[in-house]
Amino acid sequence: MEKDIRVRQIIQKNISEKSRFADRIMPVFFFLMASVSVLTTFGIVATLTTDAVKFFQAVPLREVFSTRLSPLSATPSFGILPLINGTIFTSLIAMVVAVPMGLAAAIYLSQFATEKMRKVLKPVMEVLAGIPTIVYGFFAYSFVTPLLMRLLPGLGAKNVISPGIVMGIMIIPLVASLSEDAMNAVPNIMREGALGLGSTKLEVALKVVIPAAISGIMSSIVLAISRAIGETMIVTIASGSSKNFSFDITQSMQTMTGYIVEFTSGDAASGTTGYYSLYAVGLLLFAFTLLMNQMAHHISRKYREEY
Amino acid sequence: MTNAVNENEKLVYEVKGLNLWYGNDQALKDVHLDIKKNEVTAIIGPSGCGKSTFIKTLNRMIENIPVVRTSGEILYHGENIFDKSIRVEELRTRVGMVFQKPNPFPKSIFENVVYGPKIHGIRDKKLLMEIAETSLRSAALWDEVKDRLNDNAYGLSGGQQQRLCIARCLAVQPDVILMDEPTSALDPIATYKIEELVDQLKAEYTISIVTHSMQQAARISDRTAFFLMGELIEFDTTETIFSNPRDQRTEDYITGRFG
Repeated sequence: MEKDIRVRQIIQKNISEKSRFADRIMPVFFFLMASVSVLTTFGIVATLTTDAVKFFQAVPLREVFSTRLSPLSATPSFGILPLINGTIFTSLIAMVVAVPMGLAAAIYLSQFATEKMRKVLKPVMEVLAGIPTIVYGFFAYSFVTPLLMRLLPGLGAKNVISPGIVMGIMIIPLVASLSEDAMNAVPNIMREGALGLGSTKLEVALKVVIPAAISGIMSSIVLAISRAIGETMIVTIASGSSKNFSFDITQSMQTMTGYIVEFTSGDAASGTTGYYSLYAVGLLLFAFTLLMNQMAHHISRKYREEY
Repeated sequence: MTNAVNENEKLVYEVKGLNLWYGNDQALKDVHLDIKKNEVTAIIGPSGCGKSTFIKTLNRMIENIPVVRTSGEILYHGENIFDKSIRVEELRTRVGMVFQKPNPFPKSIFENVVYGPKIHGIRDKKLLMEIAETSLRSAALWDEVKDRLNDNAYGLSGGQQQRLCIARCLAVQPDVILMDEPTSALDPIATYKIEELVDQLKAEYTISIVTHSMQQAARISDRTAFFLMGELIEFDTTETIFSNPRDQRTEDYITGRFG
Protein backbone atom coordinates (compact mmCIF):
# COMPACT_ATOMS: atom_id res chain seq x y z
CA MET A 1 0.00 0.00 0.00
CA GLU A 2 1.17 3.49 -0.92
CA LYS A 3 1.87 5.86 1.98
CA ASP A 4 -0.41 8.88 2.07
CA ILE A 5 2.00 11.80 2.04
CA ARG A 6 -0.71 14.38 2.82
CA VAL A 7 -1.37 13.13 6.37
CA ARG A 8 2.29 13.36 7.22
CA GLN A 9 2.45 16.89 5.83
CA ILE A 10 -0.52 18.11 7.87
CA ILE A 11 0.87 16.61 11.06
CA GLN A 12 4.28 18.12 10.40
CA LYS A 13 2.84 21.55 9.75
CA ASN A 14 0.60 21.59 12.81
CA ILE A 15 3.26 20.28 15.16
CA SER A 16 5.73 22.97 14.20
CA GLU A 17 3.09 25.68 14.58
CA LYS A 18 1.73 24.46 17.91
CA SER A 19 2.18 27.06 20.58
CA ARG A 20 4.74 26.30 23.23
CA PHE A 21 3.33 29.19 25.23
CA ALA A 22 0.27 27.34 26.54
CA ASP A 23 2.42 24.45 27.66
CA ARG A 24 4.50 26.78 29.78
CA ILE A 25 1.83 29.12 31.14
CA MET A 26 -0.95 26.67 31.94
CA PRO A 27 0.88 24.75 34.70
CA VAL A 28 1.53 28.10 36.43
CA PHE A 29 -2.17 28.93 36.18
CA PHE A 30 -3.14 25.54 37.58
CA PHE A 31 -0.68 25.99 40.42
CA LEU A 32 -2.20 29.37 41.32
CA MET A 33 -5.68 27.88 41.34
CA ALA A 34 -4.50 25.10 43.62
CA SER A 35 -2.84 27.63 45.91
CA VAL A 36 -6.08 29.51 46.54
CA SER A 37 -7.44 26.94 48.97
CA VAL A 38 -4.10 26.52 50.69
CA LEU A 39 -3.69 30.28 51.10
CA THR A 40 -7.25 30.63 52.34
CA THR A 41 -6.55 28.07 55.02
CA PHE A 42 -3.46 29.98 56.12
CA GLY A 43 -5.45 33.19 56.08
CA ILE A 44 -8.19 31.77 58.26
CA VAL A 45 -5.75 30.30 60.74
CA ALA A 46 -3.86 33.61 60.93
CA THR A 47 -7.02 35.68 61.52
CA LEU A 48 -8.38 33.26 64.08
CA THR A 49 -5.10 33.07 65.94
CA THR A 50 -4.39 36.81 66.16
CA ASP A 51 -7.80 37.64 67.57
CA ALA A 52 -7.95 34.52 69.71
CA VAL A 53 -4.67 35.59 71.30
CA LYS A 54 -6.32 38.85 72.35
CA PHE A 55 -9.05 36.81 74.01
CA PHE A 56 -6.58 34.64 75.90
CA GLN A 57 -4.72 37.77 77.06
CA ALA A 58 -7.93 39.16 78.54
CA VAL A 59 -9.32 35.95 80.06
CA PRO A 60 -7.38 33.70 82.40
CA LEU A 61 -7.15 30.03 81.39
CA ARG A 62 -8.82 29.00 84.64
CA GLU A 63 -11.91 30.88 83.54
CA VAL A 64 -11.76 29.47 80.02
CA PHE A 65 -11.92 25.92 81.31
CA SER A 66 -14.73 26.66 83.73
CA THR A 67 -18.37 25.69 83.39
CA ARG A 68 -19.78 29.21 83.62
CA LEU A 69 -20.52 30.86 80.30
CA SER A 70 -22.23 34.19 80.56
CA PRO A 71 -20.64 36.69 78.19
CA LEU A 72 -23.21 39.45 78.52
CA SER A 73 -23.79 39.61 82.24
CA ALA A 74 -22.48 42.40 84.46
CA THR A 75 -19.73 40.05 85.63
CA PRO A 76 -18.99 38.24 82.35
CA SER A 77 -17.49 34.77 82.37
CA PHE A 78 -16.16 32.84 79.40
CA GLY A 79 -16.16 29.16 80.33
CA ILE A 80 -15.95 26.99 77.20
CA LEU A 81 -17.09 23.73 78.77
CA PRO A 82 -20.85 24.26 78.26
CA LEU A 83 -20.22 24.68 74.52
CA ILE A 84 -17.96 21.65 74.30
CA ASN A 85 -20.57 19.73 76.21
CA GLY A 86 -23.33 20.78 73.82
CA THR A 87 -21.21 19.96 70.80
CA ILE A 88 -20.26 16.53 72.09
CA PHE A 89 -23.83 15.57 72.98
CA THR A 90 -25.40 16.65 69.70
CA SER A 91 -22.61 14.94 67.74
CA LEU A 92 -22.84 11.79 69.82
CA ILE A 93 -26.57 11.46 69.21
CA ALA A 94 -26.00 12.12 65.52
CA MET A 95 -23.43 9.32 65.41
CA VAL A 96 -25.72 6.90 67.23
CA VAL A 97 -28.20 7.47 64.41
CA ALA A 98 -25.88 7.83 61.42
CA VAL A 99 -23.34 5.05 61.94
CA PRO A 100 -25.62 2.01 62.26
CA MET A 101 -28.07 3.24 59.64
CA GLY A 102 -25.38 4.37 57.23
CA LEU A 103 -23.49 1.10 57.55
CA ALA A 104 -26.62 -0.98 57.13
CA ALA A 105 -27.50 0.99 54.02
CA ALA A 106 -23.97 0.52 52.67
CA ILE A 107 -24.08 -3.23 53.28
CA TYR A 108 -27.44 -3.47 51.58
CA LEU A 109 -26.33 -1.43 48.58
CA SER A 110 -23.02 -3.16 48.03
CA GLN A 111 -23.89 -6.75 48.95
CA PHE A 112 -27.58 -7.37 48.46
CA ALA A 113 -29.23 -4.78 46.23
CA THR A 114 -29.80 -5.73 42.61
CA GLU A 115 -28.37 -3.42 40.00
CA LYS A 116 -31.84 -1.95 39.40
CA MET A 117 -32.44 -1.31 43.09
CA ARG A 118 -29.07 0.37 43.50
CA LYS A 119 -29.72 2.63 40.55
CA VAL A 120 -32.88 3.89 42.23
CA LEU A 121 -31.68 4.04 45.83
CA LYS A 122 -28.32 5.73 45.49
CA PRO A 123 -29.51 8.93 43.83
CA VAL A 124 -32.46 9.16 46.22
CA MET A 125 -30.09 8.86 49.15
CA GLU A 126 -27.83 11.48 47.69
CA VAL A 127 -30.78 13.88 47.56
CA LEU A 128 -30.75 13.70 51.37
CA ALA A 129 -27.22 15.03 51.29
CA GLY A 130 -28.26 17.89 49.04
CA ILE A 131 -30.99 19.33 51.26
CA PRO A 132 -29.90 22.67 52.78
CA THR A 133 -29.17 22.32 56.47
CA ILE A 134 -31.56 25.14 57.36
CA VAL A 135 -34.36 22.93 56.08
CA TYR A 136 -33.16 20.13 58.34
CA GLY A 137 -33.06 22.58 61.23
CA PHE A 138 -36.60 23.69 60.59
CA PHE A 139 -37.67 20.07 60.24
CA ALA A 140 -36.07 19.23 63.59
CA TYR A 141 -37.69 22.18 65.36
CA SER A 142 -41.18 22.07 63.89
CA PHE A 143 -41.67 18.37 63.23
CA VAL A 144 -39.31 16.08 65.13
CA THR A 145 -39.39 17.98 68.42
CA PRO A 146 -43.22 18.02 68.68
CA LEU A 147 -43.24 14.33 67.72
CA LEU A 148 -40.72 13.51 70.44
CA MET A 149 -42.64 15.57 72.96
CA ARG A 150 -45.45 13.03 72.78
CA LEU A 151 -43.02 10.28 73.75
CA LEU A 152 -41.00 12.29 76.26
CA PRO A 153 -43.34 14.61 78.13
CA GLY A 154 -40.55 16.60 79.81
CA LEU A 155 -38.86 17.49 76.55
CA GLY A 156 -38.03 21.16 76.06
CA ALA A 157 -39.04 23.05 72.93
CA LYS A 158 -35.33 23.44 72.37
CA ASN A 159 -33.42 20.30 73.21
CA VAL A 160 -30.44 18.18 72.19
CA ILE A 161 -32.15 14.94 71.15
CA SER A 162 -34.12 16.28 68.21
CA PRO A 163 -31.32 18.14 66.39
CA GLY A 164 -29.01 15.22 67.21
CA ILE A 165 -31.32 12.76 65.48
CA VAL A 166 -31.93 15.01 62.50
CA MET A 167 -28.22 15.71 62.11
CA GLY A 168 -27.70 11.93 62.16
CA ILE A 169 -30.22 11.51 59.36
CA MET A 170 -28.47 14.21 57.39
CA ILE A 171 -25.14 12.39 57.78
CA ILE A 172 -26.43 8.92 56.80
CA PRO A 173 -25.69 9.43 53.09
CA LEU A 174 -22.12 10.44 53.89
CA VAL A 175 -21.45 7.30 55.92
CA ALA A 176 -23.39 5.09 53.51
CA SER A 177 -21.81 6.42 50.37
CA LEU A 178 -18.19 6.39 51.56
CA SER A 179 -18.58 2.99 53.23
CA GLU A 180 -20.23 1.57 50.14
CA ASP A 181 -17.33 2.80 48.04
CA ALA A 182 -14.93 1.06 50.40
CA MET A 183 -16.92 -2.17 50.24
CA ASN A 184 -17.21 -2.06 46.47
CA ALA A 185 -13.45 -1.70 46.23
CA VAL A 186 -13.07 -5.17 47.75
CA PRO A 187 -12.29 -7.42 44.78
CA ASN A 188 -15.04 -9.76 43.70
CA ILE A 189 -12.74 -12.79 43.68
CA MET A 190 -12.56 -12.43 47.46
CA ARG A 191 -16.33 -12.71 47.72
CA GLU A 192 -16.25 -15.72 45.42
CA GLY A 193 -13.61 -17.33 47.61
CA ALA A 194 -15.84 -16.98 50.65
CA LEU A 195 -18.97 -18.14 48.82
CA GLY A 196 -17.02 -21.13 47.53
CA LEU A 197 -16.41 -22.20 51.12
CA GLY A 198 -20.12 -22.29 51.80
CA SER A 199 -20.53 -18.82 53.30
CA THR A 200 -23.94 -17.21 53.07
CA LYS A 201 -24.15 -13.74 51.55
CA LEU A 202 -24.50 -12.28 55.03
CA GLU A 203 -21.36 -14.06 56.22
CA VAL A 204 -19.47 -12.81 53.19
CA ALA A 205 -20.53 -9.26 54.04
CA LEU A 206 -19.75 -9.41 57.74
CA LYS A 207 -16.68 -11.66 57.83
CA VAL A 208 -14.88 -10.81 54.60
CA VAL A 209 -16.06 -7.60 52.98
CA ILE A 210 -16.34 -5.39 56.08
CA PRO A 211 -12.97 -6.45 57.54
CA ALA A 212 -11.36 -5.85 54.15
CA ALA A 213 -13.03 -2.44 53.85
CA ILE A 214 -12.60 -1.40 57.49
CA SER A 215 -10.17 1.42 56.84
CA GLY A 216 -12.56 3.15 54.47
CA ILE A 217 -15.47 2.55 56.81
CA MET A 218 -13.61 3.95 59.82
CA SER A 219 -12.52 7.05 57.99
CA SER A 220 -16.08 7.62 56.77
CA ILE A 221 -17.19 7.56 60.41
CA VAL A 222 -14.52 10.01 61.50
CA LEU A 223 -15.43 12.35 58.66
CA ALA A 224 -19.04 12.07 59.77
CA ILE A 225 -18.06 13.10 63.32
CA SER A 226 -16.20 16.05 61.93
CA ARG A 227 -19.27 16.99 59.91
CA ALA A 228 -21.45 16.77 63.01
CA ILE A 229 -19.12 18.94 65.07
CA GLY A 230 -19.05 21.60 62.39
CA GLU A 231 -22.79 21.49 61.66
CA THR A 232 -24.43 24.80 62.54
CA MET A 233 -27.92 25.51 61.30
CA ILE A 234 -29.70 22.47 62.74
CA VAL A 235 -28.32 22.96 66.24
CA THR A 236 -28.80 26.72 66.19
CA ILE A 237 -32.47 26.36 65.37
CA ALA A 238 -33.43 23.28 67.32
CA SER A 239 -31.12 23.09 70.29
CA GLY A 240 -31.24 26.71 71.32
CA SER A 241 -28.80 28.81 73.23
CA SER A 242 -28.81 27.71 76.84
CA LYS A 243 -25.35 28.21 78.28
CA ASN A 244 -25.89 26.03 81.32
CA PHE A 245 -23.44 23.25 81.88
CA SER A 246 -25.65 20.17 82.21
CA PHE A 247 -26.00 16.64 80.97
CA ASP A 248 -29.74 16.80 80.46
CA ILE A 249 -30.25 16.10 76.77
CA THR A 250 -33.97 16.81 76.96
CA GLN A 251 -33.17 20.48 77.43
CA SER A 252 -31.47 23.16 75.40
CA MET A 253 -27.67 23.27 75.05
CA GLN A 254 -25.56 25.55 72.93
CA THR A 255 -22.86 24.19 70.64
CA MET A 256 -19.68 25.96 69.64
CA THR A 257 -21.14 26.72 66.23
CA GLY A 258 -24.38 27.91 67.76
CA TYR A 259 -22.45 30.33 69.98
CA ILE A 260 -20.70 31.84 67.01
CA VAL A 261 -24.01 32.32 65.20
CA GLU A 262 -25.60 33.98 68.19
CA PHE A 263 -22.77 36.44 68.66
CA THR A 264 -22.10 37.28 65.07
CA SER A 265 -25.75 38.16 64.61
CA GLY A 266 -25.32 41.31 66.55
CA ASP A 267 -24.73 41.14 70.25
CA ALA A 268 -21.00 41.53 70.50
CA ALA A 269 -19.51 44.95 69.88
CA SER A 270 -16.21 44.88 68.04
CA GLY A 271 -13.19 45.01 70.33
CA THR A 272 -14.89 43.59 73.41
CA THR A 273 -13.84 40.37 75.06
CA GLY A 274 -17.10 38.81 73.93
CA TYR A 275 -16.16 39.66 70.36
CA TYR A 276 -12.73 38.07 70.69
CA SER A 277 -14.25 34.99 72.30
CA LEU A 278 -15.80 34.21 68.91
CA TYR A 279 -12.33 33.78 67.49
CA ALA A 280 -11.26 31.55 70.33
CA VAL A 281 -14.27 29.31 69.78
CA GLY A 282 -13.67 29.37 66.05
CA LEU A 283 -10.08 28.35 66.54
CA LEU A 284 -11.10 25.51 68.82
CA LEU A 285 -13.67 24.33 66.33
CA PHE A 286 -11.08 24.44 63.61
CA ALA A 287 -8.68 22.44 65.76
CA PHE A 288 -11.38 19.84 66.46
CA THR A 289 -12.24 19.24 62.84
CA LEU A 290 -8.62 19.30 61.79
CA LEU A 291 -7.87 16.68 64.41
CA MET A 292 -10.75 14.53 63.15
CA ASN A 293 -9.65 14.77 59.55
CA GLN A 294 -6.10 13.88 60.50
CA MET A 295 -7.46 10.94 62.45
CA ALA A 296 -9.44 9.76 59.43
CA HIS A 297 -6.29 9.96 57.37
CA HIS A 298 -4.27 8.10 59.96
CA ILE A 299 -6.90 5.38 60.39
CA SER A 300 -7.23 4.76 56.71
CA ARG A 301 -3.49 4.26 56.50
CA LYS A 302 -3.08 2.20 59.63
CA TYR A 303 -5.94 -0.22 59.08
CA ARG A 304 -5.52 -0.62 55.37
CA GLU A 305 -5.61 -4.33 54.66
CA GLU A 306 -3.33 -5.07 51.79
CA TYR A 307 -4.84 -7.04 48.98
CA MET B 1 -1.00 -42.00 34.47
CA THR B 2 -4.49 -43.08 33.41
CA ASN B 3 -6.37 -45.76 35.26
CA ALA B 4 -8.17 -48.50 33.49
CA VAL B 5 -11.83 -47.76 33.06
CA ASN B 6 -13.85 -49.64 35.60
CA GLU B 7 -17.59 -49.42 35.19
CA ASN B 8 -18.16 -50.18 38.86
CA GLU B 9 -16.26 -47.15 40.07
CA LYS B 10 -18.47 -44.86 42.03
CA LEU B 11 -19.87 -41.85 40.26
CA VAL B 12 -19.58 -38.56 42.10
CA TYR B 13 -21.31 -36.46 39.48
CA GLU B 14 -23.73 -37.41 36.73
CA VAL B 15 -24.51 -34.46 34.50
CA LYS B 16 -27.62 -35.11 32.43
CA GLY B 17 -28.76 -32.85 29.62
CA LEU B 18 -27.40 -29.66 31.15
CA ASN B 19 -28.25 -26.43 29.33
CA LEU B 20 -27.24 -22.98 30.53
CA TRP B 21 -28.07 -19.51 29.30
CA TYR B 22 -26.65 -16.09 30.07
CA GLY B 23 -29.74 -14.05 29.26
CA ASN B 24 -30.46 -15.19 25.72
CA ASP B 25 -27.02 -16.59 24.95
CA GLN B 26 -26.76 -20.30 25.39
CA ALA B 27 -23.40 -21.17 26.95
CA LEU B 28 -23.87 -24.89 27.55
CA LYS B 29 -25.79 -27.19 25.24
CA ASP B 30 -27.13 -30.55 26.37
CA VAL B 31 -24.03 -31.64 28.28
CA HIS B 32 -23.84 -35.24 29.50
CA LEU B 33 -20.83 -36.16 31.57
CA ASP B 34 -19.94 -38.37 34.55
CA ILE B 35 -17.22 -37.64 37.07
CA LYS B 36 -15.75 -40.61 38.89
CA LYS B 37 -14.48 -40.79 42.44
CA ASN B 38 -10.77 -40.18 43.02
CA GLU B 39 -10.10 -39.26 39.45
CA VAL B 40 -8.83 -36.06 37.95
CA THR B 41 -11.12 -34.86 35.20
CA ALA B 42 -9.67 -32.17 32.96
CA ILE B 43 -11.90 -29.76 31.05
CA ILE B 44 -10.25 -28.30 27.97
CA GLY B 45 -11.33 -26.14 25.08
CA PRO B 46 -10.73 -22.73 23.53
CA SER B 47 -11.68 -19.49 25.31
CA GLY B 48 -15.42 -18.98 25.51
CA CYS B 49 -16.23 -22.66 25.00
CA GLY B 50 -18.08 -22.88 28.31
CA LYS B 51 -15.51 -24.83 30.30
CA SER B 52 -15.38 -22.36 33.20
CA THR B 53 -19.15 -21.99 33.10
CA PHE B 54 -19.45 -25.75 33.31
CA ILE B 55 -17.20 -26.17 36.31
CA LYS B 56 -18.86 -23.29 38.13
CA THR B 57 -22.21 -24.96 37.62
CA LEU B 58 -21.04 -28.01 39.58
CA ASN B 59 -21.12 -26.04 42.87
CA ARG B 60 -23.72 -23.55 41.63
CA MET B 61 -21.28 -20.64 41.84
CA ILE B 62 -22.59 -19.64 38.44
CA GLU B 63 -25.82 -18.52 40.10
CA ASN B 64 -24.06 -15.44 41.44
CA ILE B 65 -24.59 -14.02 37.97
CA PRO B 66 -28.22 -12.90 38.07
CA VAL B 67 -29.09 -13.52 34.42
CA VAL B 68 -28.17 -17.21 34.44
CA ARG B 69 -30.80 -19.88 33.73
CA THR B 70 -30.25 -23.61 33.62
CA SER B 71 -32.15 -26.73 32.64
CA GLY B 72 -31.28 -30.39 32.98
CA GLU B 73 -29.91 -32.27 35.94
CA ILE B 74 -26.66 -32.52 37.82
CA LEU B 75 -26.70 -35.47 40.17
CA TYR B 76 -24.18 -35.30 42.97
CA HIS B 77 -24.04 -38.69 44.68
CA GLY B 78 -27.45 -39.32 43.15
CA GLU B 79 -29.07 -36.07 44.28
CA ASN B 80 -29.98 -33.29 41.88
CA ILE B 81 -28.08 -30.19 43.02
CA PHE B 82 -30.80 -27.95 41.56
CA ASP B 83 -33.37 -29.57 43.82
CA LYS B 84 -35.11 -27.18 46.24
CA SER B 85 -34.12 -29.32 49.21
CA ILE B 86 -30.41 -28.76 48.51
CA ARG B 87 -28.76 -26.04 50.59
CA VAL B 88 -26.27 -24.41 48.31
CA GLU B 89 -23.95 -23.51 51.23
CA GLU B 90 -23.76 -27.16 52.22
CA LEU B 91 -23.08 -28.23 48.66
CA ARG B 92 -20.15 -25.80 48.54
CA THR B 93 -18.59 -27.19 51.68
CA ARG B 94 -18.67 -30.62 50.00
CA VAL B 95 -17.52 -29.28 46.65
CA GLY B 96 -14.67 -26.84 47.16
CA MET B 97 -13.31 -24.46 44.56
CA VAL B 98 -9.93 -23.04 43.68
CA PHE B 99 -9.98 -20.01 41.43
CA GLN B 100 -8.02 -18.66 38.51
CA LYS B 101 -6.32 -15.94 40.52
CA PRO B 102 -5.21 -16.73 44.05
CA ASN B 103 -7.80 -15.06 46.28
CA PRO B 104 -6.76 -15.29 49.92
CA PHE B 105 -8.58 -13.04 52.37
CA PRO B 106 -6.66 -10.05 53.72
CA LYS B 107 -6.13 -11.88 56.99
CA SER B 108 -3.34 -13.96 58.49
CA ILE B 109 -2.32 -17.28 56.95
CA PHE B 110 -3.89 -19.10 59.89
CA GLU B 111 -7.16 -17.16 59.69
CA ASN B 112 -7.38 -17.90 55.99
CA VAL B 113 -7.16 -21.66 56.50
CA VAL B 114 -9.62 -21.78 59.39
CA TYR B 115 -12.11 -19.35 57.81
CA GLY B 116 -14.37 -22.17 56.57
CA PRO B 117 -14.35 -24.26 59.77
CA LYS B 118 -14.95 -21.09 61.80
CA ILE B 119 -18.00 -19.87 59.90
CA HIS B 120 -19.39 -23.38 60.11
CA GLY B 121 -19.25 -23.26 63.87
CA ILE B 122 -15.93 -24.76 64.96
CA ARG B 123 -14.64 -22.69 67.91
CA ASP B 124 -12.24 -25.03 69.71
CA LYS B 125 -8.81 -23.40 69.32
CA LYS B 126 -6.94 -26.69 69.53
CA LEU B 127 -9.08 -28.27 66.85
CA LEU B 128 -8.69 -25.20 64.61
CA MET B 129 -4.92 -25.41 65.00
CA GLU B 130 -5.01 -29.08 64.08
CA ILE B 131 -7.16 -28.33 61.04
CA ALA B 132 -4.76 -25.59 59.97
CA GLU B 133 -1.74 -27.85 60.23
CA THR B 134 -3.31 -30.84 58.45
CA SER B 135 -4.71 -28.68 55.67
CA LEU B 136 -1.46 -26.80 55.14
CA ARG B 137 0.47 -30.09 55.13
CA SER B 138 -1.92 -31.58 52.57
CA ALA B 139 -1.45 -28.48 50.44
CA ALA B 140 2.36 -28.88 50.71
CA LEU B 141 2.68 -25.46 52.32
CA TRP B 142 3.19 -26.23 56.00
CA ASP B 143 6.98 -26.25 55.99
CA GLU B 144 7.11 -22.90 54.24
CA VAL B 145 4.69 -21.09 56.55
CA LYS B 146 4.72 -22.88 59.90
CA ASP B 147 6.83 -20.15 61.52
CA ARG B 148 4.72 -17.27 60.28
CA LEU B 149 1.13 -18.40 60.54
CA ASN B 150 0.11 -14.98 61.86
CA ASP B 151 1.61 -13.06 58.96
CA ASN B 152 -0.67 -11.57 56.35
CA ALA B 153 -1.41 -13.98 53.52
CA TYR B 154 -0.58 -11.32 50.97
CA GLY B 155 3.07 -11.56 51.95
CA LEU B 156 3.23 -14.97 50.26
CA SER B 157 4.25 -15.51 46.65
CA GLY B 158 1.56 -16.16 44.04
CA GLY B 159 2.20 -19.90 44.05
CA GLN B 160 2.14 -20.05 47.84
CA GLN B 161 -1.08 -18.04 47.87
CA GLN B 162 -2.67 -20.52 45.51
CA ARG B 163 -1.60 -23.44 47.71
CA LEU B 164 -2.99 -21.51 50.67
CA CYS B 165 -6.29 -21.30 48.82
CA ILE B 166 -6.14 -25.05 48.28
CA ALA B 167 -5.45 -25.52 52.01
CA ARG B 168 -8.37 -23.23 52.82
CA CYS B 169 -10.56 -25.37 50.61
CA LEU B 170 -9.32 -28.62 52.20
CA ALA B 171 -10.01 -27.29 55.70
CA VAL B 172 -13.76 -27.88 55.39
CA GLN B 173 -13.12 -31.52 54.43
CA PRO B 174 -14.63 -31.44 50.96
CA ASP B 175 -15.24 -34.43 48.77
CA VAL B 176 -14.66 -32.75 45.41
CA ILE B 177 -12.25 -29.97 44.47
CA LEU B 178 -13.05 -27.86 41.44
CA MET B 179 -10.12 -25.95 39.99
CA ASP B 180 -10.72 -23.18 37.49
CA GLU B 181 -7.42 -22.68 35.66
CA PRO B 182 -5.56 -22.71 38.98
CA THR B 183 -2.13 -22.17 37.45
CA SER B 184 -2.89 -19.58 34.79
CA ALA B 185 -1.47 -16.75 36.95
CA LEU B 186 1.59 -18.71 38.10
CA ASP B 187 5.13 -19.23 36.87
CA PRO B 188 6.30 -22.69 35.68
CA ILE B 189 7.83 -23.73 39.00
CA ALA B 190 4.74 -22.78 40.99
CA THR B 191 2.67 -24.51 38.32
CA TYR B 192 4.72 -27.66 38.69
CA LYS B 193 4.15 -27.67 42.44
CA ILE B 194 0.39 -27.34 42.03
CA GLU B 195 0.35 -30.14 39.48
CA GLU B 196 2.31 -32.36 41.82
CA LEU B 197 -0.15 -31.50 44.55
CA VAL B 198 -3.13 -32.42 42.39
CA ASP B 199 -1.54 -35.79 41.81
CA GLN B 200 -1.22 -36.36 45.56
CA LEU B 201 -4.66 -35.06 46.40
CA LYS B 202 -6.56 -37.36 44.09
CA ALA B 203 -5.99 -40.28 46.46
CA GLU B 204 -8.47 -38.65 48.80
CA TYR B 205 -10.42 -36.21 46.69
CA THR B 206 -12.19 -36.13 43.37
CA ILE B 207 -10.81 -33.31 41.28
CA SER B 208 -12.06 -31.49 38.24
CA ILE B 209 -9.74 -28.98 36.64
CA VAL B 210 -10.28 -26.48 33.86
CA THR B 211 -7.08 -25.76 31.99
CA HIS B 212 -5.88 -23.85 28.99
CA SER B 213 -2.79 -25.97 28.80
CA MET B 214 -3.15 -29.22 26.96
CA GLN B 215 0.16 -30.42 28.37
CA GLN B 216 -1.23 -29.87 31.83
CA ALA B 217 -4.35 -31.86 31.03
CA ALA B 218 -2.22 -34.65 29.59
CA ARG B 219 0.13 -34.66 32.58
CA ILE B 220 -2.31 -34.68 35.46
CA SER B 221 -5.73 -35.93 34.40
CA ASP B 222 -7.28 -39.35 34.11
CA ARG B 223 -10.10 -38.22 31.87
CA THR B 224 -10.45 -35.26 29.61
CA ALA B 225 -13.53 -33.48 28.36
CA PHE B 226 -13.23 -31.30 25.28
CA PHE B 227 -15.73 -28.44 25.01
CA LEU B 228 -16.38 -26.33 21.94
CA MET B 229 -18.94 -23.53 21.73
CA GLY B 230 -20.89 -24.85 24.67
CA GLU B 231 -20.99 -28.42 23.50
CA LEU B 232 -19.17 -31.35 24.97
CA ILE B 233 -17.48 -32.70 21.85
CA GLU B 234 -15.63 -35.62 23.31
CA PHE B 235 -15.10 -37.13 26.74
CA ASP B 236 -12.82 -40.07 27.29
CA THR B 237 -9.73 -41.23 29.10
CA THR B 238 -6.97 -38.68 28.73
CA GLU B 239 -4.88 -41.26 26.92
CA THR B 240 -7.52 -41.77 24.26
CA ILE B 241 -8.21 -38.06 23.84
CA PHE B 242 -4.57 -37.27 23.27
CA SER B 243 -3.54 -40.31 21.26
CA ASN B 244 -6.61 -41.40 19.41
CA PRO B 245 -9.45 -38.86 19.47
CA ARG B 246 -12.63 -39.90 17.71
CA ASP B 247 -13.74 -36.43 16.67
CA GLN B 248 -11.88 -34.42 14.06
CA ARG B 249 -12.46 -31.19 16.05
CA THR B 250 -10.80 -32.69 19.11
CA GLU B 251 -7.83 -33.67 17.04
CA ASP B 252 -7.60 -30.21 15.50
CA TYR B 253 -7.63 -28.62 18.92
CA ILE B 254 -5.09 -30.84 20.63
CA THR B 255 -2.73 -30.65 17.72
CA GLY B 256 -2.95 -26.87 17.86
CA ARG B 257 -4.74 -26.27 14.60
CA PHE B 258 -7.12 -23.84 16.30
CA GLY B 259 -7.99 -22.42 19.68
